[in-house]
Amino acid sequence: MISSTSETILSIKDLHASVEDQEILHGVNLSVKEGEIHAIMGRNGSGKSTLSKVIAGHPSYKVLSGSIQFKGTNILELEPEERARIGIFLGFQYPVEIPGVNNLEFLRVATNSRRKELLKSELDTFEFEDLVKERLKIVEMDPAFLERSVNEGFSGGEKKRNEILQMALLEPVISILDETDSGLDIDALRIVASGINKLSQPNSATILITHYQRLLNEITPDFVHIMADGKIIKTGNNELAIDLEKSGYDFIGKNTKDKETAK
Amino acid sequence: MTQTNTVEEIVSQPYKYGFITEIETEKIPKGLNEDVIRLISKKKNEPDFLLKFRLRAYEQWLKMEEPDWSGLTYSKVDYQDLVYYAAPKQDIKKKSLDEVDPKLLETFEKLGIPLSEQKRLSNVAVDAVFDSVSIATTYKEKLAEHGVIFCSISEAVSEYPDLIEKYMGTVVPINDNFFAALNSAVFSDGSFVFIPKGVECPMELSSYFRINSGDTGQFERTLIIAEESSSVSYLEGCTAPMFDTNTLHAAVVELVALDNASIKYSTVQNWYAGNEEGVGGIYNFVTKRGECRGKKSKISWSQVETGSAITWKYPSCVLQGDNSIGEFYSIALTNNLQKADTGTKMIHIGKNTKSKIVSKGISAGQSKNSYRGLVSISPNAEGSRNYSQCDSMLIGDQASANTYPYIQSKQPQSNIEHEASTCRISEDQLFYLQSRGIDFEECVSMLISGFCSDVFNELPMEFASEADKLLALKLEGSVG
Repeated sequence: MISSTSETILSIKDLHASVEDQEILHGVNLSVKEGEIHAIMGRNGSGKSTLSKVIAGHPSYKVLSGSIQFKGTNILELEPEERARIGIFLGFQYPVEIPGVNNLEFLRVATNSRRKELLKSELDTFEFEDLVKERLKIVEMDPAFLERSVNEGFSGGEKKRNEILQMALLEPVISILDETDSGLDIDALRIVASGINKLSQPNSATILITHYQRLLNEITPDFVHIMADGKIIKTGNNELAIDLEKSGYDFIGKNTKDKETAK
Repeated sequence: MTQTNTVEEIVSQPYKYGFITEIETEKIPKGLNEDVIRLISKKKNEPDFLLKFRLRAYEQWLKMEEPDWSGLTYSKVDYQDLVYYAAPKQDIKKKSLDEVDPKLLETFEKLGIPLSEQKRLSNVAVDAVFDSVSIATTYKEKLAEHGVIFCSISEAVSEYPDLIEKYMGTVVPINDNFFAALNSAVFSDGSFVFIPKGVECPMELSSYFRINSGDTGQFERTLIIAEESSSVSYLEGCTAPMFDTNTLHAAVVELVALDNASIKYSTVQNWYAGNEEGVGGIYNFVTKRGECRGKKSKISWSQVETGSAITWKYPSCVLQGDNSIGEFYSIALTNNLQKADTGTKMIHIGKNTKSKIVSKGISAGQSKNSYRGLVSISPNAEGSRNYSQCDSMLIGDQASANTYPYIQSKQPQSNIEHEASTCRISEDQLFYLQSRGIDFEECVSMLISGFCSDVFNELPMEFASEADKLLALKLEGSVG
């Protein structure tokens, strides 16, 4: 599936970023090509979620230096909505509840803004209902959730399914899924993982941010990166995740530090 | 750019309805005295009882003082510098729309209220009021088939004087307050609705008020009577041109619901609010009250208040009949230097009476937005209940929101609940919506609509989307 001629979708170079005047990312480098699945693992506070928010353009996070390119174009000047429209999708760790905003209508507006960018016709309420009913199957979600307010009163698992439903509707080029597995029981995890697998396309890519290897039993990544102290300190294949599960972050951390000292 | 700035920009949208219609107007000279009142009454060919009503009110008004209790400061109105009657020049009351000055029809069409047969709304009857007079009422014949009377108050005075004499001033007495007394003395036009016993009004009724003259006070008067087991839904809308002086609007609305009757009264108020520096705009000092006279009767107020420099308005329910119900659903949005002091009074007199209050205040710019409400339970009102919910949303850091809930209960067997909250537009919610490709401005209006959804759900269908759009427009350029 991956060939050397594949186009690079995301290219991050020496990225330094801060939140509330505190530097969190200390020089991240990452390159993601079409058809690839990357996993980013690391402890709490290692900068994984910060990286995902910086890519999506959260206004509280400031880029100090370095670059992020999407298909060769600098995206640092783009508003979050512009990044979303060109195909960058962030699946939230904690999707917010938005009382009073109808989920179906929200999904329709979001889908149409992406379709507009793709020069596809906008969908009216009826056309959209057909589409959404079909996509609901991917996440085995009850249509009743469409009639409720966005995420309001949803359980943890329902919120995550709603995220993957959005991914299914927006058909992003790159999906960054921030701890999509956290708070899911084994059945919900399987459903969400199978949804992500079904949505993988040869011309799109996925970044899974996770603490645990269990998601990676369901979705096999092509690359596994370990993040610590705002940097990617080690990159490998799926074996790395398995090692990590066995020996813990201390082992990796020590290993890397030893290497660095050896240098 | 900070988020707050952008949100604030979204709130400041230029006023779309600020145009003036060039039309020849008949005005009486400025000033107020007994002769002016006699003149107004004569121009309208009123019966003697009404002239006496006006003069009694004027006498009371002279003895009253302008209120200044809510802590709002504003340049006082010079009551001798106002015109109390202005009407577009045309022959007496028009029998058909074809005879109405096309300029007036054009004005209303521009405001989104087409009146001509071909274009008018299919399920809403409209009474269009321009300055002091009603220029047209649609669907009168169709309503008459059901026994429903919907016409201007002037027409009702000449056609149905008994009903006017029986009901006018019985809900809001002439000496109720300073502005109600003034209105009772000089009221010009407004709408009259009568729903006979057992009739469910077949369509929505709507009045549209347009102020056109700059120096004219607008004193409309509305009276709605729902006889036993009847029901009606009525809505009013209002706009005014942009003037750099303040125009006074002091209306009185009276509702009467008899046994098992139900009245739903909705308002979308979009009077000119003045400019960013607070120059100009309408003073909206309005008395609205409904009486649930009969058993199991129901009065429901819903309002979307977005305009006016200053709003003083407390649509209230007097729950006299046993088991009667009063409701108040309100959205008040203020921006720039607007001030709104609005809320309701629920007066529980009958047994097992229920009331519900849902108020949503949104304040942007340097505006002040207050909810002021009274829930009063009298000693006889056993088993009465009230539920109040007052939520405020602040946009930017210079606006203020206050809640003044007054509760008086003289009945131990009653139940009163009050909830209040204050919030800001949350950055996380905004980012979530934006990260799905939705424009910032649309995100803000989605969040505000969401905040107001409890109230939107109470508005008549055609109105809800209009009100939603209005809020979005009003907020354009103000959040960020």
